[in-house]
Amino acid sequence: MAAVQETIDQVRQIDVDQYKYGFETEIEVEKAPKGLSEEIIRFISAKKQEPDWMLEWRLDAYRRWLTMEEPGWARVDYPRIDFNDIYYYAAPKTTSGPKSLDEVDPELLKVYEKLGIPLKEQEILAGVDKPRVAVDAVFDSVSVVTTFKKELAKAGVIFMSISEAVREHPELVKKYLGSVVPTTDNYYATLNSAVFTDGSFVYVPKGVRCPMELSTYFRINEKNTGQFERTLIIADEGAYVSYLEGCTAPQRDENQLHAAVVELVALDDAEIKYSTVQNWYPGDKQGKGGIYNFVTKRGDCRGDRSKISWTQVETGSAITWKYPSCILRGDDSRGEFYSIAVSNGHQQIDSGTKMIHLGKNTSSRIISKGIAAGVSQNTYRGQVSAHRKATNARNFTQCDSLLIGDRCGAHTVPYIEAKNSSAQFEHEATTSKISEDQLFYCLQRGIPEEAAIALIVNGFVKEVIQELPMEFAVEAQKLIGISLEGSVG
Amino acid sequence: MLEIKNLHARIAEDGTEIIRGLNLTVKAGEVAAIMGPNGSGKSTLSYILSGREDYEVTEGEILYNGENILELDPAERAAKGIFLAFQYPVEIPGVATMQFLKVAMNEQRKARGEAELTTPDFMRRVKEAAAELKINPDMLKRPLNVGFSGGEKKRAEILQMALLEPKLCVLDETDSGLDIDALKIVADGVNALKSPDRATIVITHYQRLLDYIVPDTVHVLYKGQIIRTGDKSLALELEANGYADIIGEAA
Repeated sequence: MAAVQETIDQVRQIDVDQYKYGFETEIEVEKAPKGLSEEIIRFISAKKQEPDWMLEWRLDAYRRWLTMEEPGWARVDYPRIDFNDIYYYAAPKTTSGPKSLDEVDPELLKVYEKLGIPLKEQEILAGVDKPRVAVDAVFDSVSVVTTFKKELAKAGVIFMSISEAVREHPELVKKYLGSVVPTTDNYYATLNSAVFTDGSFVYVPKGVRCPMELSTYFRINEKNTGQFERTLIIADEGAYVSYLEGCTAPQRDENQLHAAVVELVALDDAEIKYSTVQNWYPGDKQGKGGIYNFVTKRGDCRGDRSKISWTQVETGSAITWKYPSCILRGDDSRGEFYSIAVSNGHQQIDSGTKMIHLGKNTSSRIISKGIAAGVSQNTYRGQVSAHRKATNARNFTQCDSLLIGDRCGAHTVPYIEAKNSSAQFEHEATTSKISEDQLFYCLQRGIPEEAAIALIVNGFVKEVIQELPMEFAVEAQKLIGISLEGSVG
Repeated sequence: MLEIKNLHARIAEDGTEIIRGLNLTVKAGEVAAIMGPNGSGKSTLSYILSGREDYEVTEGEILYNGENILELDPAERAAKGIFLAFQYPVEIPGVATMQFLKVAMNEQRKARGEAELTTPDFMRRVKEAAAELKINPDMLKRPLNVGFSGGEKKRAEILQMALLEPKLCVLDETDSGLDIDALKIVADGVNALKSPDRATIVITHYQRLLDYIVPDTVHVLYKGQIIRTGDKSLALELEANGYADIIGEAA
C-alpha cells in the first residue's frame, strides 16, 4: 500500500502555506478594551447608535449568559476559552458604518480585491458573462460596504447591515430578531445576542423574487478579536431569495472565536436558499491557531408551503460546531440540508442539522458528505423529529463519509424521534476510503495524484455541489481541491 | 521500443518474488502476446510496466525508448505514452466518464508541455472515438465504470486508449468477461490503433483473443520468466496441447 502511505505522509505535511487567505492587513482600528462586561456592551451599543430597546435586549442576554455553561457534548476538544481575553469590538477607524463605495478606505477595498470579492459595482456591471451579486462586506466587527443597495431597493428588497437595520427598520428587527434563535437558546447564541457587532439584514417583501444573489463576506483581521455576526433574513409571503456567505481570516498562532447567529424566516409560500462557503483559517500543521467556529443557524418555515434550504461547504476553522436547522412549522413546508465538510490536519468538525417537523405533510432531506484527512475528526450529528401533530412527516437522510489515510476519523451520530405514527424517516450512511485501486487507475491515465484525489473527492461530493448557486459551485470545487492539497504528492 | 532486461520484482508488502529474471523485447509496430498459466506473473508484469508501487523491482531494468523508466511514477509513464487497459476497470463514483476523459487527456498534455484541448475539439474527438467503438453517448454521461456491464467497461478502456493515443499499449486480459460480439468490437478498436510507431502487448490466458488481434510474437511466461518465444503458431500449439509440454521442457 505504498501510494496510500505516501498520501498519508503528504497529508501530514499539510501546512499553512495552503491557506492563501492568510495575509494580514495593516489598517488602523478602533477597539473596545479587552474583556466582557455590561460596560463593553453599552460601549458597543453606543458605537452603533442603537435605541434603548436594543441595548436592553443585549443586556438581558448578557445576564442570562453569565448563568450558563459552555456545552461539552460535541465531539471536539479544545482548551477552555478565556472570554475576558477577547476584544469584542474592532472597527477600521475610517469606517463608522457602511458607506458608498467612493468613501471606503482604499486599503479595505484592496483587501477584498485580494480575496477576490467583487465590491466595485461598475466592474461587475461591465462584465457581461459574470453574474451579478450584491455583497455586504463585514470587516472585523463592522459592515464596510453593501453593494447594489439602490437597485435592490427598487424591487423593494432591503439589504443592509444589521446595525443600519436596527436604526432604519426597527419595526422589522424588533418583530423578527430572536424569534427563531431566542436569546436563551444556547451558550454561544446567548453570547452573540449580547455582543453581536454586525451582519446582514435582508427583507424580501410579499411576492418578490429577489433579482440577484445576495452575499455577505466576513473577514476577521484584528488579533484576539471575536467576530459575532448576526444575520437575519425574512422572506415574506411568496418571496424568494438566495443568499451566500463566505469567510476568511489571516493565519495566526492564537485561536480566534467566531460565534455567529443566523436566523431565517420564511412565511407562506416563501423560499430561502442559504449557501455557505466557510474557509476560516484552519490552523497550522501542529494544530496551532485557527478559528473556533461556534455557530447557530436556524431557519423557521413559519408559513405554509414555505421552503428553506441550507447548503454548506465547510473547509476551514480549527473547530466547527454548527448545525443549520429547519423548523418545519407551516403545513406542507420543506427543509433541506446539503453539506460538504472537509477536515484535514488537526481540524475538528462536529456539524449536521436538525429537522424539526411540526406541521402536517412536512418533508425534509439531508445529504451530508464528510471528508476526513490528516489527523482530523469529522462528525455528522443530526436530529430528525416529528411532533405529535406532524402527520405525514417525511425525511430522507444520507450521510456519506470518505476517509483519506488512516489517522483520521469519521463519525455519524443521528438522532431520530417520531411522535406521530404516520412519519416516514429514512436514514442511510456509508463510510469509504479512497482506494489504492482508484488512485492507481487515475495515475495510470496520467492524472497526477493531487488532481486524482481532487477528482475522486469532487465525484463524492457531486450531489451537494449541484445544490450550490452555479457561480459558486466551481469555486467550491476548487476550494475543496485546495483544502486537500498536500494530502497528495 | 521496450526492452526488459533480467527483471526481478517482488510484492512490496510481503517480499514474495513474482518476476524472476524476465527478458523481453518489443519493437515499435509489433503486437506481442504474453501467455501463461494462472499465477505466472502476467498481471504483475503489466503493473510493473505501468509503475504500480505495490511491487518492488530488485534487479534489472526496463528501457522504454532507451530510457530507464523505473524511477518514473505512473502518471509520468502515462504521459510518456504507456497505457494499461485494466483487467478489472475501477469505478469512480460521481465522475462522469466524459469528465474523466477530459481531465486525463489534458493532464497528459500538460505534462508534455502541450496546450489543453478546447471543448469543441475534445467533444469532436470523443464523439468519433465513441462511435467507432459503438459506445452509446449516454454511457459517457454516467460515472466512469459505475454500473457498466463487463462489455461496457472494456469498451470504455479501449475508448480511453484511443483518445490518449499511447505509444505502448498493454492489454491485461481484455477478453475476460466478454461475449463474442463485444470481443470483436474491442479487438477492432485495438486493431484500428495499430501503427508503425505503436507497440501492443496483449496479455491473455486463451488463444481466443488472438484470433482477432493477431500477434507478431508470442511469449510464454511461467514462474516469472519468459520460457519460450515464437510466432502466432506458438499460441495455436498452446491451445492444442496446453502448457504442460512447454513447462516440462523448461524445467
